[in-house]
Amino acid sequence: MPVFALKIHRENTANGGRPYWLEETVELDGHRSILDAIIELKERDGSLGIRYSCRAAICGSCGVRICGRPHLACHTQLDTAQEWAGDGPIVIEPMGNMPVIKDLIVDMDAVHWAKVNRVRPWLVGAQPVPEREYLVDHETMVDITQTQACIQCGSCVSNCMTMEVDPLFVGPAALAKAFRFANDPRDGAARERLLDLAQDPHGMYACTHCFQCIDACPKGVAPMSQIMRMRRAANSDHGIVDDNNGHRHEAAFVENIKRNGLLNEGDLLADSYGGKLSPRFMRVAIQSLPPITKALVRGKIGRDAVFHGHRKHFKDLAGLFDRVSARPKRLELNLYVSGYEDDPSPVRPAVGHAADASPSAPGPNPRKGRAVRA
Amino acid sequence: MPTCDVLVIGAGLAGQRAALAAAEAGASVAMLSKVHPVRSHSVAAAGGINASVDDEDSWEMHAGDTVKGSDYLGDQDAVEVLCQEAPGEIRRLERQGVAFHRNAQGRLDTRPFGAASHNRTCYVADITGQAILHVLYEQVTRSSDQIDRYEEWFVTTLLRDDDGNCTGCVARELRSGRLEEFRAPSTILATGGAGQVFKPTTNAVICTGDGIALAYRAGAELMDMEMLQYHPTTLAVVGILITEGARGEGAHLYNVHGERFMEKYAPNKLELASRDVVARAEQTEINEGRGFPGGTVALDITKVPRKRTLEALREIVNIGRDFAGVDITAEPIQICPGMHYIMGGVRIDVDGASSVPGLYAAGETACVSCHGANRLGGNSLLDTLIFGRRAGVAAAARAREVATAPPTDSAVSDQQKRIDAIGAREHVGPKVPELKEKLGRAMHADVGVFRDAEGLQRAHQTVRDLKEQTARAWIDDTGTLFNQDIPAALELEHVLDIAECITTAAAERKECRGSHFRTDFPGRRDEEWMHHLLVTASPDGDPPRLSEAPVTVTRWEPQERTY
Repeated sequence: MPVFALKIHRENTANGGRPYWLEETVELDGHRSILDAIIELKERDGSLGIRYSCRAAICGSCGVRICGRPHLACHTQLDTAQEWAGDGPIVIEPMGNMPVIKDLIVDMDAVHWAKVNRVRPWLVGAQPVPEREYLVDHETMVDITQTQACIQCGSCVSNCMTMEVDPLFVGPAALAKAFRFANDPRDGAARERLLDLAQDPHGMYACTHCFQCIDACPKGVAPMSQIMRMRRAANSDHGIVDDNNGHRHEAAFVENIKRNGLLNEGDLLADSYGGKLSPRFMRVAIQSLPPITKALVRGKIGRDAVFHGHRKHFKDLAGLFDRVSARPKRLELNLYVSGYEDDPSPVRPAVGHAADASPSAPGPNPRKGRAVRA
Repeated sequence: MPTCDVLVIGAGLAGQRAALAAAEAGASVAMLSKVHPVRSHSVAAAGGINASVDDEDSWEMHAGDTVKGSDYLGDQDAVEVLCQEAPGEIRRLERQGVAFHRNAQGRLDTRPFGAASHNRTCYVADITGQAILHVLYEQVTRSSDQIDRYEEWFVTTLLRDDDGNCTGCVARELRSGRLEEFRAPSTILATGGAGQVFKPTTNAVICTGDGIALAYRAGAELMDMEMLQYHPTTLAVVGILITEGARGEGAHLYNVHGERFMEKYAPNKLELASRDVVARAEQTEINEGRGFPGGTVALDITKVPRKRTLEALREIVNIGRDFAGVDITAEPIQICPGMHYIMGGVRIDVDGASSVPGLYAAGETACVSCHGANRLGGNSLLDTLIFGRRAGVAAAARAREVATAPPTDSAVSDQQKRIDAIGAREHVGPKVPELKEKLGRAMHADVGVFRDAEGLQRAHQTVRDLKEQTARAWIDDTGTLFNQDIPAALELEHVLDIAECITTAAAERKECRGSHFRTDFPGRRDEEWMHHLLVTASPDGDPPRLSEAPVTVTRWEPQERTY
């Protein structure tokens, strides 16, 4: 059996001990999970801390960072982790953005659950409440199943880049949970919820679309997609005009692409704040000078982009916009179902043979391809 | 030293439902759980929950199927309560936000399930348990002014006064190691099942039967402890569950010769016979050399339309891919019977009361007995909610009549001494995990699908030996910060107590009934054995004592059971 080298974050916050690395090896089949390896180490030394329970990626206890990536330990095979680790040991750390209690155990109450509680996390029954069940169509319930599939493991919180710089950001899990209700025809508080999270400067418009949460989610909830859907619902369905300029920025973005074919950063800021002559734009432009300068110096944006703008002519760009806006109903991609609809290939190429009930060899993360389509 | 009207131990479906019902009845509630509530193992229930919501169905049909499924060991008054209250409870959950999937009319859809004469399993894809558990937690959060949550607290003992009433418990906060005495006129045990008595099992690591063992130690009667369910479709080695929903949606079972072997064992219901029948059929095929290498048979889900699989069986698509390397929409997956559920537990009446005054139980911890010798798929989620609610109501009513007991002098210090003694054990001989592993293997080998006197005696002896070694089993962690070794040592004591009750009752019942199949005593023997077996602790704790209780029959007389 292959031998895997593991390097595990250890830390006892009660005695003020400094974190250190535990370096050990385990001998296990490569299709076994990181959790199996940790349990084996735990049998050697029971003081190694990790929450775990179901071993089947449904209870959401064992979120950790494996070679820097947030994952459920039970849901990550040793072979896969070794690929990420290259020639070095498999590095296992507690999740990010949350304080460590002990070893791989983090304080989810302090961050994750506090944020979930922020969004009034229960259904506010739409009136009139029926005597039996609400009458809703099948597709709607299947749609909600995607957000309801969240197991509250915290992987997306661990991976959230916005939360790193803005700890007050409501965050991917809680926003997805909020949309789970706002998108439910049985909820009577959709508008209130959307207004609240549009107005919160750390709410739905604070997300920077980095896709990290989609990548991190072990259940295909795609939190960022839910945040984007929430913005469309706030903006297009409820006409919510927020004080954070989020909706104007989105509208300006769309107009910018329509006009230029490519994003023209030079115009974007001005368009988002009411045009180049608007006093609001002047204020924001001055505030934005330092980051823009920094970005220029570091080569994150080109000079042309800021001063001259760039354009590209796409065939029938205007027609494309017309067709989308002429649709009677907005199409929302739900990965839970429709992400597979026209996909003739298997979810993931099957490996091993049927008689072998062992877990698969590593393969590409099947969620990656779908994330891009979102 | 917290006090409240109703103390709920365990926060899965039964515990949370009980807490909500007690709070609704006006009680102050403390809800303790050794894990965060949404980590509870109810989360893993996949296929659905039964209720006669269809106009052409009836609760009587549901009850009849359940009684037959129980092999006539189910108490029919309890079965009637279970089935009568089901539709109302499901609709209540729906109104609270569970996204039950719908039919063309926008009403609750139902899928076929094992041994059901009508489609009556309501579902949310194949994450029904998770969907309900999270919604109940939302409701508990919403009721925070009445329900205090103690998340990640481990109960070490129940408290009893001189008159034998249960007066609360002592629990240890995992994060700090602090022990607290909780006092309440009513205590509800809802800690789930005891799958960890076995290895492998579909049950989570946390399913160590704590509530059953705590009640047993407090003198409560246990019932039907010999009745354990092996689920027909689990992944070999790891034991992960493949939902019955797969067969409900149309999947077939094949042996190595490509024969759809259920035609032999259950010509009418085929794959949708009751779980004991299907599990036994599979094990027979495997034992007689018609299984695949590694002791499995094939579950072919490609019979289900791909779109339907992706929509309604999404979780097992993931499980197949991630834990077996199989695309279930394209090829069969190898499965075998695996330990899944304990029908037995703390004996309760239909209001959740155990034989100890002030002590209630609900869900898999309890035995009412609505499942008898074999539980139907989709009835366990229902059991947790119906009898969880009833226990909550009854516990709140008792709290209005009975005063909270005064603080004890020594409960906390006694428990502290017990825990310190575990930490002080000499570092020689086996550690805790090693003994637990041995127990699980022994139970699986001899107390599984097929049983006989010799095997049961062997298992019993192993349990006795392990019990003796456990008194010396040592641990690494003696600290107070999130110490997981101490709960593990206490859990080992719990699973051993339960194992002893199981082997004792299984050796006693000399017939085949439901999931209890004795190769040395063929056939069901109603004249001799149509009664429950009760197990209680001896005053000195050793060995368990057996007695009998009659089965309540209301309208379904025992008949020959075929599918």
